[in-house]
Amino acid sequence: MASALINVPERARRGEIIEIKTLVSHPMETGYRRTQLGATIPRDIIRSFVCTYNGAEIFRAELHPAIAANPFITFTTVATESGTLTFQWTGDNGFSVTQSATITVG
Amino acid sequence: MPGPPALPLRRFVVTVIMAAIAASAVAAEIPRAERRSGYDLMGRETRAMQDDDTANPGMLFVLDGESLWKKKTGAVKGVAARYPAFDAREGRPIDLEQRINRCRVDRQQAPALAWESRDLLALTAYVARQSRGLPIDVTIDARTQPFLDAGRAAFHRRQGQINLSCSQCHDDLWGRKLAGSVIPQAHPTGYPIYRLEWQSLGSLQRRLRNCLIGTRAEAYEFGAPELVDLELYLMWRAQGMKLESPGVRP
Repeated sequence: MASALINVPERARRGEIIEIKTLVSHPMETGYRRTQLGATIPRDIIRSFVCTYNGAEIFRAELHPAIAANPFITFTTVATESGTLTFQWTGDNGFSVTQSATITVG
Repeated sequence: MPGPPALPLRRFVVTVIMAAIAASAVAAEIPRAERRSGYDLMGRETRAMQDDDTANPGMLFVLDGESLWKKKTGAVKGVAARYPAFDAREGRPIDLEQRINRCRVDRQQAPALAWESRDLLALTAYVARQSRGLPIDVTIDARTQPFLDAGRAAFHRRQGQINLSCSQCHDDLWGRKLAGSVIPQAHPTGYPIYRLEWQSLGSLQRRLRNCLIGTRAEAYEFGAPELVDLELYLMWRAQGMKLESPGVRP
């Protein structure tokens, strides 16, 4: 099943500022809601998002219950060298998704 | 000093609202040139979210649908624009979700998927996405005409405790506000839609049931013929408008 959509430019000039967009499939259940019978629906959220560029961490975010389902995270970085960007989301109930994208810098 | 009892006040407010609605023009169908997709009436940010496939959460469902489909794409281009369509075995029109389930049961000997289940939404989104940009084109002939008429009658029928018809809001008062929200013309151009309020994808039937509950009417069950008739009327009413599936709506 599709779990994440990532948009990284395929190529960029060295030193160029590039925009990275990520969208991940997740219900982001807050833990504050109840069923019609009054039982608490347990929390199930993504807690952290990390992006590495050729192994070096360039972006990190902590996520909280107030963030909507299917979190969309976008940020920029400087294209320094060709290589791989790796994205990892981790959260409750052992949730873990890792995806990567390649970029050619010339 | 005790305040005025709550109920008469509320009744007064409802009366004022009803009077305002009664004072507006009598239900007339929207002229073709004035038809607007809900897309045109929503905010810049929500439009941007729909336009960018990497920001549109509906695409997550499309990708799920694609892996469920496991077949060459292109085979079902344009199909979503033609539904609801007449089904000889049922002797009445069926909608896209019902068609997908019919194919599963009859041709694949697979169990039918539950209404609003992730898999049914994903398959519908995958099929509908292949009609994106194509004009809505439902077939109205002697067989489907009675169901179209039934749908039209339902659209104009006052119902629920608030005694509102669909037409009173969506033909007469579109573009104005209901609480903080802009009232759209109710053209089903983006279904299944990712509705931000739902934080999920949802079908046209879910949307219709939502509206019925809003008028404090008893909503029809998913798959009820009354809902499919209404879907047929809405698609006919939006004939020629472009499909945007999967749409994003507030």
